Amino acid sequence: MAKLTLADLKKLRDDKKREIEKRDVEGKTTRIIIGMGTCGIAAGAKEAFDAFLDEIDALKLSDVAVTQTGCMGLCHVEPTAEVIVPGMPEIIYGHVKADIAKRIVNEHIVKRELVSGYVFDKPAADILK
Amino acid sequence: MKLKNYILVCGGTGCESSKADDIYRSFMKELKDQKVDGEAQVIKTGCFGFCEKGPIVKVLPDDSFYVHVKAEDAKEIVAEHIIKGRQVSRLLYKKSDEKIHTKIEDIDFYQKQVRVVLRNCGFIDPENINEYIARDGYLALEKALFEMKPDDVIKELEISGLRGRGGAGFPTWRKWSFSKGVPGDQKFIVCNADEGDPGAYMDRSTLEGDPHSVLEAMTIAGHTVGANRGFIYIRAEYPLAIHRLEIAIGQAKENGLLGDDILGSGFNFDIEIRLGAGAFVCGEETALLASIEGKRGMPVPRPPFPAVKGLWGKPTVINNVETWANIPVIIMKGGAWFAKIGTEKSKGTKVFALTGKIKNSGLIEVPMGITLREIIYEIGGGVPNGKKFKAVQTGGPSGGVITADYLDTPIDFDNLAKLGSIMGSGGMIVMDEDDCMVDVTKFYLEFTVDESCGKCSPCRVGGRQLYNHLEKITNGEGTEEDIRKMRLIGKAMQKASLCALGQTAPNPVISTLQYFESEYMAHIKERRCPAGKCKKMLRYSIVPEKCKGCGLCAKKCPAGCIKGEIKKPYVIDSVACVKCGACEEACKFKAVVKN
Repeated sequence: MAKLTLADLKKLRDDKKREIEKRDVEGKTTRIIIGMGTCGIAAGAKEAFDAFLDEIDALKLSDVAVTQTGCMGLCHVEPTAEVIVPGMPEIIYGHVKADIAKRIVNEHIVKRELVSGYVFDKPAADILK
Repeated sequence: MKLKNYILVCGGTGCESSKADDIYRSFMKELKDQKVDGEAQVIKTGCFGFCEKGPIVKVLPDDSFYVHVKAEDAKEIVAEHIIKGRQVSRLLYKKSDEKIHTKIEDIDFYQKQVRVVLRNCGFIDPENINEYIARDGYLALEKALFEMKPDDVIKELEISGLRGRGGAGFPTWRKWSFSKGVPGDQKFIVCNADEGDPGAYMDRSTLEGDPHSVLEAMTIAGHTVGANRGFIYIRAEYPLAIHRLEIAIGQAKENGLLGDDILGSGFNFDIEIRLGAGAFVCGEETALLASIEGKRGMPVPRPPFPAVKGLWGKPTVINNVETWANIPVIIMKGGAWFAKIGTEKSKGTKVFALTGKIKNSGLIEVPMGITLREIIYEIGGGVPNGKKFKAVQTGGPSGGVITADYLDTPIDFDNLAKLGSIMGSGGMIVMDEDDCMVDVTKFYLEFTVDESCGKCSPCRVGGRQLYNHLEKITNGEGTEEDIRKMRLIGKAMQKASLCALGQTAPNPVISTLQYFESEYMAHIKERRCPAGKCKKMLRYSIVPEKCKGCGLCAKKCPAGCIKGEIKKPYVIDSVACVKCGACEEACKFKAVVKN
């Protein structure tokens, strides 16, 4: 590798920072939790996951953590994603295809507006148990 | 699919020795076999700190903390967690109450910790310079080279209040400014990584987990005081730390962060590694410098201090690993930021290696001013097996003990000194009711006698004499005269020894005599070791009222010294007894007692 100049080092740091920030949970206030049960994966949860990551990358959002969980019990509306933004109600979205994932990032997380038509209630507490 | 998970495998020496490397390879294989190698990245990091639970695997950003992981568990973690998003609950950290902790932030071991020195340890891959750079690595160097004057750097250190973490707590900025003030064509920067206290591994873990932080700090120091060469003196018993340091130095050189014309600034700086052969005295700075010069590691009287006249007679800034690791953060965030952490006279944090009779042994970093109670009971989880806390030893062979009465003392350099112990490099050994204080003291004296370089007689002869008195007492042959003599010898050693090794060697004796004189007296007057540790004084006997005459003890006795008739009380022949304790273990009726 060639020797770095000051400008190279700054650029390298900025590039790598975006990568390593994805690993970190500290200081991340917004969370997207994607249901990755068999039903979710079959319905396209992986594509939705990618779309979330891409859009967050494109918008350079640094305080969003994208994590996964098992089946959330809403198998009829998979893929599902729970979105937790401070100061907003915790929302579970259903039918989250790639385009909806993009909209969730732009509308719910950036503009703080719910993406209507895709909001589904949490299952009853006894089912969650 | 895109990368969504990061599997962090602890690669500290502790976990490595529990086959962390197999775990790492097993994850790589499973990701491939289960066709998800694009979805998760496996990273081997430095020590996570929670060594008691090792080997540990973290899955991020899901914040999952898997403990006591085996290589064969990788299959299940990949199939369940990585593919299906379900945490493997049987491997998640549980406290004794069996409550499963699904998040790292909930784990009490980490709650009170503040990570400055260990900021990257257990998060980045120490063998990849890019990961360090991504965490604002070499940003402080940029600032020091291009935005600050050397005096500004020293000023920042002064504001921060950083004191040397090697044990003595000398203000770091003063060392630097002494060296800077001495005119000279050649100056040196040295990192003291000759960590030698029994049970201490702070420096090793820092170097294993974040070697670049030390390299960056030394380069900053070089620029500040006008030095072009640096040495890291590290003991040869730390092969992993040496290996990672070598990689880090190589990568820094390749990237132009070490070598000639660093980042185009015109400043040249190089770092070399020097291996110590494991002599404890080489942790003393003048002995260390002698050893780098290729001489026998023996201390010389100070002054002149190394900052003025050090390596090959040239001004030398020598700091300990932990001190160095603090410096990039101070330059980056400012001295005032650092000074907000800690107490009035001891700023920042301190890394401790918490070991001994403690539930959560491991490596911790806490703000100065935290109490021992918080460390032992909240972070450490208390003493295991329902035993009673007796004392905590800080400062290793140069330190002393702190008893239960002083658990609420805020820990800093000055308070520990007031209690007759020292901060030391950060070893913290917890002792319970089964530990004999005389025996522990003898252990430390044995260590210092062994490690004395022999140059000055107070240390060479005094240490041996102290040890002899202690041995006499633990053999049950002590008198009060021994105590009086130990006090005298201790004082003489403190005053007359050449270096800190001899000056502090009597500290364990003086400290235990202060807090546990009654225990010494029990050995001397009653010929009894209250903790039952000193074997020479141990007497096993059978309580006739409790003995059912089953004969099990006689069967287990390797010396054949237990006699009796079935269904009648048995008797131990104490002359022939080898004090192995097998009878006590064998007896189901608790009829065998010590002393």
